[in-house]
Amino acid sequence: MPDELLHLPAVERILARHQGTPGALLPILHAIQQDIGFVPDAAVAEIAHALNLSQAEVRGVITFYHDFHTTPPARHTLRLCRAESCQSRGAEALAAQLREQLALDDHGTSADGAISLRPVYCLGACACSPALELDGQVHARLTPERLRELVNGCREDAAC
Amino acid sequence: MLTVYVPCDSVARAVGADQVVDALQREALQRQLPLDVQRTSARGLYWLEPLVECDSVQGRVGFGPVTPQDVPSLFDALLGEAVGHALALGPVEAIPYLKTQQRLLFARAGITRPLSVEDYRAHGGFAGLEAAVAMKGDDVVASVLDSGLRGRGGAAFPAGIKWRTVRGATGGQKYVVCNADEGDSGTFADRMLMEGDPFLLIEGMIIAGLAVGADRGYIYVRSEYPDAIRTLNQAFVVAREAGYLGANVAGSGKAFELEVRVGAGAYICGEETALLESIEGKRGIVRAKPPLPALEGLFGLPTLVHNVLTLASVPIILAKGAAFYRDFGMGRSLGTMPFQLAGNIRHGGLVERAFGLTLRELVEGYGGGTASGRPLKAAQVGGPLGAWVPPSHFDTPLDYEAFAAMGAMLGHGGVVVADDTLNMASMARFALQFCAEESCGKCTPCRIGSTRGMEVVDRLIASQDITDRHDHALLLRDLCDTMQYGSLCAMGGMTAYPVASALKYFPADFGLTQTEAAQ
Ligand SMILES: Cc1cc2nc3c(=O)[nH]c(=O)nc-3n(C[C@H](O)[C@H](O)[C@H](O)COP(=O)(O)O)c2cc1C
Ligand code: SF4
Ligand code: FES
Repeated sequence: MPDELLHLPAVERILARHQGTPGALLPILHAIQQDIGFVPDAAVAEIAHALNLSQAEVRGVITFYHDFHTTPPARHTLRLCRAESCQSRGAEALAAQLREQLALDDHGTSADGAISLRPVYCLGACACSPALELDGQVHARLTPERLRELVNGCREDAAC
Repeated sequence: MLTVYVPCDSVARAVGADQVVDALQREALQRQLPLDVQRTSARGLYWLEPLVECDSVQGRVGFGPVTPQDVPSLFDALLGEAVGHALALGPVEAIPYLKTQQRLLFARAGITRPLSVEDYRAHGGFAGLEAAVAMKGDDVVASVLDSGLRGRGGAAFPAGIKWRTVRGATGGQKYVVCNADEGDSGTFADRMLMEGDPFLLIEGMIIAGLAVGADRGYIYVRSEYPDAIRTLNQAFVVAREAGYLGANVAGSGKAFELEVRVGAGAYICGEETALLESIEGKRGIVRAKPPLPALEGLFGLPTLVHNVLTLASVPIILAKGAAFYRDFGMGRSLGTMPFQLAGNIRHGGLVERAFGLTLRELVEGYGGGTASGRPLKAAQVGGPLGAWVPPSHFDTPLDYEAFAAMGAMLGHGGVVVADDTLNMASMARFALQFCAEESCGKCTPCRIGSTRGMEVVDRLIASQDITDRHDHALLLRDLCDTMQYGSLCAMGGMTAYPVASALKYFPADFGLTQTEAAQ
C-alpha cells in the first residue's frame, strides 16, 4: 500500500499537535480519521512510536471502538438507528428496505463506492424516531419515502 | 423589526428547523421586511418541532410543527393580516405539557440562546457559582449532601458522598469528569442540555472543581453528538473570555480548565471506569472496584465522575439552597428529573418533574398514548438495560426505590413506549445481541452469556414442541440469573432486566402460555 505513505505528512502534523496531551490516542485517531477519512495502516507505527506504545496496543484501540475504520470510506455514510425507540417506530422495516434497495447487508458498502451502511444505536433523536445520520446530518421522523429519496440522492451525485 | 425564535437544537434541525429558517428569511426579503431570527435552545416539546415562536402581548406565542410551505401564511398571521393560523399554539408557556412541568434544570430551555452568556446571566445563570465562591469548600459539599441529590447517570448514588470522598482525598492533582456518553436509547436530556444550555454544565463543573480541589475537568461526549461537542467548545471560549475559566475563576483566585473528549462509538464507555480508560487513550475495559474512581480515577488520581444532569443540578442547589431542592420529590428520590418520552408516543419530548408522578401520568398524560393510535403494550424505562413495564404496572411512582422494588430501574429517565405490534421476544433477543456487541469482554457471563442467550431465544421461538419451548424458557431464565449475579458491571448484570421482564410479562410473544412462563 505505497499510496498510504502519502498520508504520512498529515499524520506527522497531527502527532506533533497532540504530543504532550495526556491520553492523546483517541484525539489523535479522531483527527486522523477526520483528515484522511480512515486510519491508514501506515499510521499505526508512527502513532505507536510517538506515544511510546506498542503497535499491538494502538491496533487494539482502533479495533475496540466502532468509530475507527482502517479502509477508505464510501462517498456517503448512512447510519440508520437500530435502537429500541427507533425499532418501536419501524426501524427494522426501514433497515430491510435499505438492504433491498442497495442489495447490501447492514454493514455493507455499495459496489460503486457511493454509500456505506452502518447501524448506530441511538442518535438522541428518539422523541422523533425513526432517525438516521447521513454524512453527519441527522434526519428524524423518517418515512420509507424519505429514506428512498435520501439514498437516491447519494447515488445520483455518485453518477456525475 | 419582527423577531422570531427558532431552535438550533440538533433534533429540531433533524426535522427541518434550518429549512424553515431559510424560508422565513426568503419570505422576509420578498416582503421587504426586516426580520431577526434568533436561534434558541429547544423547549423539548418535540412533536411540535419545528416550533417557531414570536413575541406578543401574551408573551411568546408559538406555531408548530412548521414546514417551509407554511411560512407565507405564517407571515400573514404574524403581521396580523390573518386571524388565527392552523398551526397556532397560543402562548407557549400555557401549553399544558409545559405549564405543568417543574423545570429547574431546563428552566431556560427554548428561551435563551445557547452561547449567549448575557442570556444565561439574565435568566439566573452563575448565581450558584457566585454563592459557591463565597462559601468554604466544606460547606459547598455539605449543601450538595443536604440537597439529597443522587447521581442521574443510572446508579443513583448520593452525590454528596462522592464529593466528600474526593475532597478528602490527599494528593495534588484531582479531576472532575463529566459523563456525557448518553448511550441509552430513549434518552436525550444530556444532549439537550449540552446543546441548549452549555453554561449550566460548565457552571456545575466549576463549582465541583472548586469544592473538591480539582483544577481540571473533562467532558466525555459521545461522537454521535457533534452539535453538543461544537457547542461546548464554543462555550468554553466564551466562558474563558468572561473570566469563568482559566487561572482565576470568577474571582476565586483558583484555576479551572475544561476540555471535551470525544467517544468513539462504544456503549460500554458510559460505564465510569471504562470511560476513564477511554480518556486515558485505552480500550474501554471496565475496571474492578475498588479502588473507587473517587480515590484512584483518571490517570490514577482522585476523580469526581458525574453525569451531565447531576453536575447541572449543582448550580441550582447552590443558588436556591439545599432545602429548596429537596422540597421536590418523594422518599429518597429528591429534586426533579427530566424524563424523556420516546418511541411510539404521540407527544415525544422532555418532561421535567419532581420524582413521584406515576409512569401512567407520564406516558398517557403527557405522552398522550401511542403515536400509532394502537394499544399500548409496554414501556422500557431506563435505557437498553431497563425492564419492559406492562401497562398493568403503570401506576408505579417514578421513584428509584419503587422501580427497584418491581425489578426495574429509572436509570437516566428515558421511557421508550411500544404499541402492540412490537414483539417482545425480538426485543429480548435484541437486548442480548446489543450486550454481545457492546460487552467489554472482561467477564464470561456477559461476553459469552449474551451470545448463548441469543441462541436460546432463537431456538425457543423456532421450536414447534411445547415441552422443548418450556425447557428453553427455563434455560433463558437461568442464564439471566447467571448474568445478573456473575457480571462485573451492570452491562452484563442488567441485560437480564429487559430479557426477564419480556419473558415474564409477554410469554405469548415467545410462544409460551402465562403458566409456563411463570414456572
Ligand atoms: C453499561 C453502562 C453504561 C453506562 N452509561 C452511562 C452513560 O451513558 N451516562 C452516564 O452518565 N452514566 C452511565 N453509566 C453509569 C456510570 O457508570 C456512573 O454510574 C455515572 O457516570 C456516575 O455519575 P452519577 O453519579 O452522576 O450518576 C453507565 C453504566 C453502565 C454499567
Ligand atoms: S459485565 Fe460485560 S461490560 Fe461489564 S465488565 Fe463484564 S464483560 Fe465488561
Ligand atoms: S433510539 Fe434511535 S435516535 Fe434514539
